[in-house]
This record gives sequence, structure tokens and C-alpha cells, in this order.
Amino acid sequence: MPTHGQILPLVFDKVSYVAKGARLVDEFSVTLDPGTRTIILGPNGAGKSLILRLSHGLLQPTSGAIRWEGPGGGNRAALHQAMVFQRPMTLRRSVGANLDYVLSLRKVPRELRRAKTAAALKRAGLFAMRSRPARVLSAGEQQKLALGRAWVMEPEVLFLDEPTASLDPAATREVENMINAIHQAGTKIIMTTHDLGQARRLADDIIFMHQGRLIERAGAEEFFERPRTPHAEAFLNGELLP
Amino acid sequence: MSEIWSALGKAMVLIADFDPDLVEIIGLSLRVSLIAVFIAAVVGLPVGAAVALFRFPGRPVLVVLINALMGLPPVVVGLIVYLLLSRAGPFGVFNLLYTPTAMIIAQAILIGPIVAALTRQTVEDLWQEYGEQLTSFGVGPGRAVRTLLWDGRFSLLTGVLAGFGRASAEVGAVMIVGGNIDHLTRVMTTSIALETSKGNLEIALALGIILLIIALGINASAYAIRDVAYRAES
Repeated sequence: MPTHGQILPLVFDKVSYVAKGARLVDEFSVTLDPGTRTIILGPNGAGKSLILRLSHGLLQPTSGAIRWEGPGGGNRAALHQAMVFQRPMTLRRSVGANLDYVLSLRKVPRELRRAKTAAALKRAGLFAMRSRPARVLSAGEQQKLALGRAWVMEPEVLFLDEPTASLDPAATREVENMINAIHQAGTKIIMTTHDLGQARRLADDIIFMHQGRLIERAGAEEFFERPRTPHAEAFLNGELLP
Repeated sequence: MSEIWSALGKAMVLIADFDPDLVEIIGLSLRVSLIAVFIAAVVGLPVGAAVALFRFPGRPVLVVLINALMGLPPVVVGLIVYLLLSRAGPFGVFNLLYTPTAMIIAQAILIGPIVAALTRQTVEDLWQEYGEQLTSFGVGPGRAVRTLLWDGRFSLLTGVLAGFGRASAEVGAVMIVGGNIDHLTRVMTTSIALETSKGNLEIALALGIILLIIALGINASAYAIRDVAYRAES
């Protein structure tokens, strides 16, 4: 299994992403260090999800470079990352088999998989449902399963793309608690949201984006108390950005 | 009208008595169609999945071929297999014409494309949903195919059952390549055609009833599978 301290920091060097003639990410440069919960904030269409997909290697930049600068940051960097999507993808198998699947992908021996699966299900509060088909779980439970499945891979970095956007407040709270638990266990969190309240609850540092550009990068407290740009101030005041 | 009723009565007696000729014909039918559907699944499932997931040279040709073969009339398949297996044909040396093996080959060619086309659709739909997450997991091509085939198992099984239904109900192809030889290549559909033309309505009716029961059984199984899948996945 991957150990931590391998691939971070993650460096974006003037990264642009163009699709069908539209410049969706524009000269984006940033360095992401280990330790913190980084929240990528911005209105819909700001390019937040694209930054996650580019980071995770699901998309390739049109220009510029994305580098994992840690010692293990070569072509095996993907082994140290996991991603959870807005709409949880659960395999058409039992809850337990969903975790067993990723462990077998990571070549964890069968004897170890059973114990790891049980422990991960207990952490996710899903142990009692381990034999149920994953697809009959509620949306919140499926998202917790997706989180538990990401966690069992023990990633150094976990990407989360609006993980609570389609959940009710109770499920949102449970998912946020789980994200915090994963962070406390040593995983770097990089997450998008357009929900200001959620950003205030979770963020250690903020990347604020608008129209594919990095507008402001700051510690969470500083960003919320003293935004430096008119765009960020307008967004924090709940105004619609041009 | 009374003639039909009396034939129906005799047909019921034949079925109830497990008439040996009848049992032999039904047994051969099931054997041929089951082996054909097995071959069609072994080839059609991976080919369908590969066409759905990968872009490779010759893929468009394969797609057109699968779709064209799916709508091919059974007699044309029979004719092509006949030409291939006949003494003058490329595989004439194997002496397969007018054997159950020839019938299996014809039926497998008939239903392979159906299984492949249904697999392609199922796997493409699943990939829409699974693609990003599987890529994120770092799943390679071979593993992706296996994962999608397994997770699409309920839909795929329904497709394979549809293939079996078509194979066991088909008459044109097996008639041409099998020859409808008594005790050798006579299956339910070819017997019905022959016995009806000879006026032996009771045998034809008995076989027709059995075919109907098989068709009902297949559809009931397909329905049950969908029901189980719905409860497991909705």
C-alpha cells in the first residue's frame, strides 16, 4: 500500500485547458502542499472540476505543466491518489465487494483484504450493510461508501468534486465528518464546492476561481475576513459575478 | 374441426408418454441450441465489450458487420454455411455438412452478432457511468472489460437468453445445413415443417406445444432476471 510523503507538492505551471475553442482553464499556476484541506471555491463554470480532473490525470492540459514534485511523483503517482465524484459510482455488487474490488486492484493479498474491508466499513458506518447490494443504498450512504472505498486505498491525496451537492443536510454532515476523519488520518484533501457554508466549515486554505482563472489564493480565515479582490468580496457577499 | 381436436388430444398423449422419437428430437434441439448459444456468448461478449470500449483499426468494419449479420435471414446464413461446408467448399474436408455440428455452426453465426450487439450497448451504457471512476482507480483495459461484463451480468444474461430463443425457434438455417435427417439432424422446427406437410398433425402439434413452453420459459426467466436485477440495483 502507498505510504504518505511520496508525491506532494503538486505544482500547476501556467496550465491552460481548451475544449472546442473555449479556454476553460487559463494560465493557472499554483502549488499545493501537504497537510491542509484545500477548498477550490467559485461560481458554477469557474473551472473547479476541471482543475481536479487535470490534477488527477483524467484530463491532459492543452498547455503548461502539472508536476507531482515529491520523490514518488513519477509515473506511479496515480497510485497515491483517489477521487470521489459528485454522483457516487457504486459497482453493482455488495457494499463489501465494492471495497474488496479496489483492494484487489492494489494487489492487497486476499487474507488482508477481509480485515481492511471490515475496518473501512466500520469507519464509514456501513458495516451492518456490508452484504447489501450497493445500489439499494440511499444517495448519502452511497457517497459514504465511495468515500470509504477511496479511504481504504490510503491515498496521500484525495480529490473530492462537490461531494455533497446532491445530498440532504443530514447526509452532508456525515460526509463532511468523514472527510475530516480522512484528513486527520493524514490525507491531503483537495475539494471543490460552490457552497460557502461548507467552505467555511472545512477549508484550511482557499483557491478562489472565476472564469477559468485563479483569482485569489489565501488561508481560509484571511480569505473570509479580508478578501483582497473585488471578485472574491462580491462572491462572499452573495452577489452574482459578471 | 374435430380432426384438429383429435390431433391435439393425440399430441398431449405423445407428450405425456415421453414418446421416444419426440424426446430424441427435443434433446437434439436443446443440445444444438445450447452449444450454439454458449459459443455465441464466448465470442460475442468479449467482442461486444471490445467494440464498446476500444478504438482500434477495423472497428468500424466490425460494427457494420455485427449490425448487418444481426438482421440476416436464417436461410441466408444456412446457405453461406452450406457453401463453406459442402464438398467443394473450403471446409469440405471436415465432412461436417448434414451433421449436428453444422447446425451448431449455423446457429452460432446467427446469434453471435445478437449477443455482441446487445453486449456493446450494455457495456457502452455502463462505461458512461463507470468510466471516470474506473480510470481514477487505475483499471487497465482487460480488467475494465471483466468489470463491465460482470456488472452488466443481468442485462447480458437477458441478451443471451434472447439469443437462445432465436436459435431454438429458427428453421431455415438448420434445414439447409442439417438436412432434417431422421435420428441424426432432425430438430423440433424442421420436424414441425416436415410432419405438417405430411399431415402428421399430432407430432407437429406436440413439438409446437413444447416449443411454446420453451419460449414461455425463456421469457419468464428473462422477466425474473430483470426483476431480481431491479431489486438489487434500483
